Amino acid sequence: MVMSVLRRLGQTLFVLFGISVLVFLVFFATPGADPTARIAGRNASPETMARVRVEYGFDRPLPVQYARMMEKLFVTRDLTSYVNRGQKVVPEILEAAPVTVSLVSGAALIWVVLSVAMGVTAAALRGGWVDRGLMMLGLVGISIPVFWLGQVVNLVTQSRYHDSWLFSWVPGLGYVPLTEDPLGWFRALALPWLTLAVLFVGIYSRVLRADLVAVQSEDFMRTARAKGLSPMRVLLVHGLRTSMITFVSLFGLDFAQLVGGGALLTEVVFGLQGVGRLTYQALSNLDLPLIMATVMYSAVFVVIANAVVDMLYLFLDPRVRDGR
Amino acid sequence: MLLAVRDLTVALPIGGRLVPIVESVSFTLGAREILGIVGESGSGKSVTSLAIMGLIDVPGARISGSVRFRGRELVGLAPRAYRALRGREIAMIFQDPMTAFTPVYTVGRQIDEQIRAHQKISRSDARARTVRLLGDMGVPDPERVAGRYPHQLSGGLRQRAMIAMALSCNPALLIADEPTTALDVTVQAQILDLLRGLRRDYGSSVLLITHDMGVVAETCDRTLVLYSGLVAERGPTGALFAQPGHPYTAALLDSIPPLHGPRPARLPSIPGSPPAPAGRPAGCPFAPRCAYVHDSCAVRPPLVACGEQDVACVLPAEGRPLPPRFVAEMSA
Ligand SMILES: Nc1ncnc2c1ncn2[C@@H]1O[C@H](COP(=O)(O)OP(=O)(O)OP(=O)(O)O)[C@@H](O)[C@H]1O
Ligand code: SF4
Ligand SMILES: [Mg+2]
Repeated sequence: MVMSVLRRLGQTLFVLFGISVLVFLVFFATPGADPTARIAGRNASPETMARVRVEYGFDRPLPVQYARMMEKLFVTRDLTSYVNRGQKVVPEILEAAPVTVSLVSGAALIWVVLSVAMGVTAAALRGGWVDRGLMMLGLVGISIPVFWLGQVVNLVTQSRYHDSWLFSWVPGLGYVPLTEDPLGWFRALALPWLTLAVLFVGIYSRVLRADLVAVQSEDFMRTARAKGLSPMRVLLVHGLRTSMITFVSLFGLDFAQLVGGGALLTEVVFGLQGVGRLTYQALSNLDLPLIMATVMYSAVFVVIANAVVDMLYLFLDPRVRDGR
Repeated sequence: MLLAVRDLTVALPIGGRLVPIVESVSFTLGAREILGIVGESGSGKSVTSLAIMGLIDVPGARISGSVRFRGRELVGLAPRAYRALRGREIAMIFQDPMTAFTPVYTVGRQIDEQIRAHQKISRSDARARTVRLLGDMGVPDPERVAGRYPHQLSGGLRQRAMIAMALSCNPALLIADEPTTALDVTVQAQILDLLRGLRRDYGSSVLLITHDMGVVAETCDRTLVLYSGLVAERGPTGALFAQPGHPYTAALLDSIPPLHGPRPARLPSIPGSPPAPAGRPAGCPFAPRCAYVHDSCAVRPPLVACGEQDVACVLPAEGRPLPPRFVAEMSA
């Protein structure tokens, strides 16, 4: 157990290293483009150019350049943006990260709870109208574009009905840090959470229902029924617990890509300055240091999430624990 | 009579219409008796046993006839009442012990679960009983085995654990659906030994489903031969083996390898294959493969007494029953 955890940790570090090398090569070692000029600015004096070149090691071999870049990213954290001169990139990300993490965690909680409830109910009442209704609802959730939904939510809660008793609690767009004002944080994020969760509630409830229905025909489910257990117990204790294994792997991937910047549209509609928006800005301005930093950040998240999912597997599936 | 099945018919919807998979099956099972149900693959053995357990959950299935267990009618029994019976008075073990346990829980926990589903007893008492049961089933180091996951056990141990689980509430009737098919020969013999001992140690009756005539000969007091969802023959095992009344039974017996003496180079096997439930002929279902087929077989033959057995074939009534067999070494 400890060995496999350690091995997984080693793999994680290795993957992160690989990604950083790749990103570095793609953005900074492209032949023909001199990053010095861009970092130094448009009308930089030759002295400034020379200083930047030495500072970033652009006059040295590639491995040194890579090491310098990583040092600036992780150790001194003074990598500066091309576009907003003087703007330090790493603090910018550290500021955006809590916004995104708050947004995605809340939404994830909502979508897990709702989709499990919907999936289990639909599977328990398989073939009936409740089942059909819930699955239709899921399909609707999947097909609503999140950007459009966000706009509608804003239209209703921010302008049209903002003064009605129903939505007067909704604050203006933007983020409120949890540490400053927990209630304000909750209010600011409640609607973004729901909006972001809709798509995933749809997907997860449908996937879970399909899994639960498929597991019904397994031998062990028949055994569980032959033991005289109640249908609910058979479904939850034996069916759901086993179906959780696929559910968790799906969740790990989605959660990671959202925290890594995939919640861009939701962030934009609700005026949240999160990582997705930052990445978008970096890409549209070709702000290489910021791109480098955001990509590294996303990679860290995806890789960590994968590692966490693997650990969860160990916990959920004894067969994996024994390396089978 | 512990169990009396009469005219049990199970019809499942196939391709939009109800097809009788099992038709008018009748048999009885007394206390401490072992009844073997034999038949080729697809003959409806599992469907029959699942119908008795009330576990046929195909939407649109229709079950008719009568299944009386201790005088109580089970066909049409309310789900809640059935649940109280299942696992407690009627228990079942399945063919493949690998897939029959839920993979994510320990074997002990799954046995505890069954005990606690039917009796108000503490977790530790349930576990103590589990360990004792496993020990009774010949599991070495039962405490450790109880804490293992199904995949960590060998097939034989898993099947023993399965039997321990089935017996955990002292059921009057144990239905064993091909309990040894997935096991190798030595383990198979041990498990059969165990099943034979149950009536002595637990007073249980056993419905043993198999397609192996050898297993029947060694284990069962009486035998029911199913062919394509219909009873072909039923009667005491000894008599049925000595003088089968149905050509199908005789053909099955011919396909057993002899226990002693030189093995024949090739065992005779029955040519052809049984009809699908939807395409069962109107007359005798065995007619297309029968060596004795003649005109009167075009009408479905009813079960008639022939010696100690009941046989669904026209031959005995026509005064030309099959010849007796040499069974000197068969009776184990
Ligand atoms: N759920 C179902 N829907 C439709 N047909 C079914 C269903 N279950 C079983 N059958 C059919 O019923 C027939 C009898 O099946 P059953 O499983 O009882 O056979 P069996 O005698 O147990 O065979 P085996 O030795 O292979 O276990 C088969 O033709 C099978 O195709
Ligand atoms: S009824 Fe006719 S076809 Fe059927 S088993 Fe008897 S002899 Fe053969
Ligand atoms: Mg079967």
